[in-house]
Amino acid sequence: MADTANIDTAETAEGISTKDFDKRAGSEHSESGTREVPIASLQSRESSPPPLPARPRQLSRPDRSPFGSYSRPSSAGGPRLASRATTAVSRADIQTKSYGDERPGGHLLPGSRGVSRQQSFSNLGRFVSNSKSDGGDSASIRSYIPTLEASGDVESLLGEVLSDYASPAWKKLDACALEQAGYFHDVTYEVDVLNDIFEREFDELEPSRPDGSNEEALMAQFRSKLKHFLILSSAGKPIYSRHGDDQLVTNYIGVVQTIISFYQGAKDGLKGFTAGDVRFVIMSKGPLNLVAISQLGESDAQLRAQLEALYMQILSTLTLPNMERMFSNRPSIDLRRPLQGTETLLSALADGFTRGSPSSLLSALECLRLRKTHRQVINNSMLKVRSQNLLYGLIVAGGKLVSVIRPKKHSLHPGDLELIFNMLFEAEGIKAGGGENWIPICLPGFNNTGFLYMYVSFLSATQPNHEVVERPSSRDEREEEIAILFISPNKEGFFELRQMKDDLVEQLQENGGMQSIRSAVVKGRPSCVDIAPGTVARHFLYKSKGNVQFAMPSYEPNFNTTLSRRRLLSLYHILHASVHVKNAHLKVQHCISRDSISLAWITPMFELFCVADPSASRNALAQAANKIIQWIRREEERVFIIGGAVF
Amino acid sequence: MANTAGAGNQPKPSSSVKLVLLGEAAVGKSSLVLRFVNNDFQENKEPTIGAAFLTQKCNLPNRTIKFEIWDTAGQERFASLAPMYYRNAQSALVVYDLTKPSSLTKAKHWVAELQRQASPGIVIALVGNKLDLTNPSSSTGDATSAISGEEDGAEGTGNVEEGDEADARKISTAEAKAYAEEESLLFFETSAKTGANVSEVFTAIANAIPETSLRGARGAASDAATQAALGGRRGDDSRVNLTGPRAEVGAKEGCAC
Ligand SMILES: Nc1nc2c(ncn2[C@@H]2O[C@H](COP(=O)(O)OP(=O)(O)O)[C@@H](O)[C@H]2O)c(=O)[nH]1
Ligand SMILES: [Mg+2]
Repeated sequence: MADTANIDTAETAEGISTKDFDKRAGSEHSESGTREVPIASLQSRESSPPPLPARPRQLSRPDRSPFGSYSRPSSAGGPRLASRATTAVSRADIQTKSYGDERPGGHLLPGSRGVSRQQSFSNLGRFVSNSKSDGGDSASIRSYIPTLEASGDVESLLGEVLSDYASPAWKKLDACALEQAGYFHDVTYEVDVLNDIFEREFDELEPSRPDGSNEEALMAQFRSKLKHFLILSSAGKPIYSRHGDDQLVTNYIGVVQTIISFYQGAKDGLKGFTAGDVRFVIMSKGPLNLVAISQLGESDAQLRAQLEALYMQILSTLTLPNMERMFSNRPSIDLRRPLQGTETLLSALADGFTRGSPSSLLSALECLRLRKTHRQVINNSMLKVRSQNLLYGLIVAGGKLVSVIRPKKHSLHPGDLELIFNMLFEAEGIKAGGGENWIPICLPGFNNTGFLYMYVSFLSATQPNHEVVERPSSRDEREEEIAILFISPNKEGFFELRQMKDDLVEQLQENGGMQSIRSAVVKGRPSCVDIAPGTVARHFLYKSKGNVQFAMPSYEPNFNTTLSRRRLLSLYHILHASVHVKNAHLKVQHCISRDSISLAWITPMFELFCVADPSASRNALAQAANKIIQWIRREEERVFIIGGAVF
Repeated sequence: MANTAGAGNQPKPSSSVKLVLLGEAAVGKSSLVLRFVNNDFQENKEPTIGAAFLTQKCNLPNRTIKFEIWDTAGQERFASLAPMYYRNAQSALVVYDLTKPSSLTKAKHWVAELQRQASPGIVIALVGNKLDLTNPSSSTGDATSAISGEEDGAEGTGNVEEGDEADARKISTAEAKAYAEEESLLFFETSAKTGANVSEVFTAIANAIPETSLRGARGAASDAATQAALGGRRGDDSRVNLTGPRAEVGAKEGCAC
């Protein structure tokens, strides 16, 4: 690719998304029906201190939409948006995408992207000047000569956006809801139906009957799932499937295995293909092949990141050398035995992805919002009681990091924390009646060759008596749990760390640390309106790249159901994909749909994704974005853990 | 903290007993502990990750026993960690699922390993769990009467009726019991789901622990650590006769937990 010095490189430390595009380019084997459509105008804007030089760009087609090569009927019945003006400005450029139009073959009609530079200029102008008043990195938005001539992939840059609610699954849902709504003239009913469909996604299939009498019904259920994950060995042995038992998935595994091995000789193995409405993404990792099958419209890079996380979970159970040894001893080994008990962790991860998780989308952590001084008290308490063999000490409340202590030379890898948080807050394995747990765990980001040992104890945030008798079973209640995690290389360290926990709890109770954690937990996330009164923003994700952490407001009051959250997350996935395409130069992107107007804003310091009502003007959205940035700046030391406590 | 309260409030002498649960995955180890500690049961319990450490008190007429329980995961890959959990244990619950023959085989392996590697005085109870899945007619005899039946001096080994094999039962009481007697193990058939015989198992163990291997529960966690460090082999006197009268007495008491 022409511009390897792309801004994207700033993120390679966090890992996942960027490199995949490179590898993938040119390795698509299922090309039938794909056409390259020169991008009408790909504009970009750099906003960075220090500014990167403008460079001539030649976009090769890095990707194409999962659904790009198939024709899609327009979204059932939704009001069609006339395409809005895009923003291309002479000195700065913003790319705006509109969707909701009729798109034969998934391609954009040439006329569907009107360009009105003047209009956007005024918006942008305000945007820029507003941010200037904040000081800091957003103040130095600089613009460069646009690279108008660059040709690129409409499908990858736009297809992602187009695939939003128009992705086949969502359309199915929409169509269904509208039909129903037609009968009942009841809007809330519509929501219920959609919720039902989405909730059924997580229902377990009943086991196959030995006589095969329920096979047909099971097949239908199996196929109705919007998302599948399969893991098989390169010898074709099934290792994991999110849905369906062996009997059911055997055929699928066989087909997938055949397709994969068909391309094994090729220089690049098969990375992905599309069949009907469904996108298949395949990732080979040594002796394993991992497959994501999705109708939810994620980008290949995002699906790949999800597969990567599943792979990390397998390493976390086995360690890399152990797994490799098993396969070299016996290539046909059934890995399910050594992995026994890991299925639930894999499924918890998988369902998190299907539900939509800001943390895994952004590869970043969320912190509990605390006053800086309060956090210091907690950090210091933990440092004070630190025991000899401690590697990492963490306090986590409802999946949000409260405090970390670590050795100076070791930082924590977000992927590792994702595995730990998944284990603690999503899977149910650690729920024995109020016990403490001692868990051998390989943290592949830290070291994929060996085990560490993790002490886990749960405290209740709401109960004054800090001993948790029984962990709550609902996801929401678990928001109110405080977990104390101590990680040590010493396999016999349980009682040492248990003592440390007792000491820590005593400290925190004396110095008020526990109280500040409890009240922060009970308070929850602020709503958009708390953050910026009168804002049009309904939700946002802000990622601080330097801290590898993100902040967001409460889902309430605008996104109360699983489905509405999934839709929101889908929108974030689309925005995220479009600004993370390897060659995407654009740093601000608007996205307009039937349901929302949204914005992605990328700088070297942060990523902001912000969603507002469709009635909001772009101007108002830009102002809302600025307000959010201002809030973050004010609250930086509360919403993020900066540096953490080291020893 | 809960630890210290017991010693302070109880006039009775109090001692702690380390107990480890071993057995194939999914036989119901965690469920037995959950029943014992919280008097609760969960269908479709997710597999234990790593090992869980729990404590629970058990009141006997002349003393209070504080169990320090290690509930292990039972998966093969954790097998190499098992010695860490049973090394200093004074008692072990080796659990099988009486609807699953392979689980008894696994249980026998654990018994053999304990007899080879654990403290010589370790009290081992063999527990066949999921009694509720056996035929109601036979489990009436088992579960219901076993609770009151302890009164009748059923040797503290549960008094499961033999014969009349039920649908799901794959391991007969006679077979398991014969094996337990041969190896001098306590023997029970339980249901974590209904609670049948569960507290009896723990009480019988508490009673079977020889006085000499009991130490005062000073309540501090470091205590356990120290003991771990020292190797804590207090129960070095010869193996107790587990079918002896002591177990019988204990079974009556039940744990007032
Ligand atoms: N019917 C029945 N099911 C049980 C009983 N005990 C446990 N189970 C179920 O068996 C499964 C495995 O139990 P668990 O306690 O996790 O087993 P462990 O792996 O040995 O700890 C769970 O789905 C439990 O609900 C029992 O006594 N009766
Ligand atoms: Mg268990």
